[in-house]
Amino acid sequence: MPINKPTDILSSDITPRTLYLNRRDFLRATAVVGAVTFGGSVVGELVWPSNTASAGSKIDGIQKSKFSTDEKITPYNDVTHYNNYYEFSTDKEGPAQLAKNFRARPWTVAIDGLVSKKKTFDVDSIMKLASPEERIYRHRCVEGWSIVVPWVGFSLSTLLKQVEPLGKAKFVEFTSVYDPNQMPGQRERVLEWPYVEGLRLDEAMHPLTLLCFGMYGEVLPNQDGAPLRIVVPWKYGFKSAKAIVKITFTEKQPINTWNKTAPNEYGFYSNVNPTVDHPRWSQARERRLGEFFKRPTLMFNGYGDQVASLYSGMDLKKYF
Amino acid sequence: MMRCIKILIFFACLGPVVSLAWKAYSGGLGANPIEFITHATGDWTLIFLCVTLTISPLRILSKQYWLIRLRRMLGLFAFFYGVLHFTTYIWLDKFFDVHEMIKDVAKRPFITAGFTAFVLLIPLAITSTSGWIRRLGGKNWNLLHRLIYVSAVAAIIHYIWLVKADLTKPLRYAAVVGVLLGYRILAWSVPLIRSKKPIVFPRKPTEVPES
Repeated sequence: MPINKPTDILSSDITPRTLYLNRRDFLRATAVVGAVTFGGSVVGELVWPSNTASAGSKIDGIQKSKFSTDEKITPYNDVTHYNNYYEFSTDKEGPAQLAKNFRARPWTVAIDGLVSKKKTFDVDSIMKLASPEERIYRHRCVEGWSIVVPWVGFSLSTLLKQVEPLGKAKFVEFTSVYDPNQMPGQRERVLEWPYVEGLRLDEAMHPLTLLCFGMYGEVLPNQDGAPLRIVVPWKYGFKSAKAIVKITFTEKQPINTWNKTAPNEYGFYSNVNPTVDHPRWSQARERRLGEFFKRPTLMFNGYGDQVASLYSGMDLKKYF
Repeated sequence: MMRCIKILIFFACLGPVVSLAWKAYSGGLGANPIEFITHATGDWTLIFLCVTLTISPLRILSKQYWLIRLRRMLGLFAFFYGVLHFTTYIWLDKFFDVHEMIKDVAKRPFITAGFTAFVLLIPLAITSTSGWIRRLGGKNWNLLHRLIYVSAVAAIIHYIWLVKADLTKPLRYAAVVGVLLGYRILAWSVPLIRSKKPIVFPRKPTEVPES
């Protein structure tokens, strides 16, 4: 498996968090932070004990990864204010506001189905299974825009190996949280809830497939899928399930939510493929957020060297 | 008085484009500015189509017959925002790639519908002058300008066909257009509520009618 040359520096070393904010926000934030840290830290520690991770807090001991791209990272503010997260809102700016008070702790993930050791994990114990890596991945939405995000996590396979999948298991199904009290979008029947996604077992076990709990060196913000999400960089964004509560090993191919909603538009595989159009728009090009001109979309989102072999002999027009 | 109202409304109608320009200048267009501009200009085209279509029923139901004198301006603003919307598409989205645009119009039903909606507005904008009303004659002119009904319906279809799953917004517009066109069907079939007062097109008294 050929691997691109590793980048030597972490994204957090090149572009500190503060520079993602624009200057005005930065100045305002500095003033607020200055005032708050002085008076508030003592009180804050009493009210919110810091033994649980919350969005915005730094993740320690992040390792760099050979899978990272050296492309320009999308500003933090864009990745946190341009979200497709229908559980909160179908507007892209909606989730940033509506997910503010989402409770990402306590949180457990149940792993069941065709495994020899069914188990329910606490999210904080999952985060300790391996040392966190920064994976700077391209992320391509089926709508035709893309971003470059420094995710934090480790290969999903690390978690999946814990439960010892049975030989019969061929697929993995991810179920996202269902909590209409906290997620106003789930009170609408835009999609069928809870959100379900799935991967073939070899896709799920592929080292590029990331179990993600952070980005930009910090704990994952609520609107980006806290506390735990999947990131599959060579597939369209909707394949990367957010806020997962259950992983089920199955023999049959899972029916993912978007496939159920519009089977002719969103397939099970949904690999990024510039030669297979969405029935209603072209997938040949994409707009990288922050760029004026569109750029050509790459086969498997540029991860062909690593993943093309998973699909050898398959008609990708049929299995779109 | 009428002149004042018209000038006031004219500047009010420029509000959305001024607001867009200000947002572009101050960096308020969000993470995907081109998408923001596309959606905003599309929305305002639909809003102005709806407002234009409201004038005739409103003037009859409220007996405020002078309202007709605002209709041309509102219609032209619908066209204006349509031009901006279309320009955003050919310039900022397709970068004048004619080949790709032709493929789009032929292959993507939602583009076909939107393109139809826009093209149908062109003859209406051209023939919106008093000179053209005279040349065509009131009857023909009225007939031609019924194309706005087709354009509005095509615009709604364009919106419905482009969204991924959440139909709330396009269906809201569809409901408004449905009511406005439904009224006309009713008005044609029930003579009682038909306009008693025909539209009198302005004609400058000094002009000699063309033969």
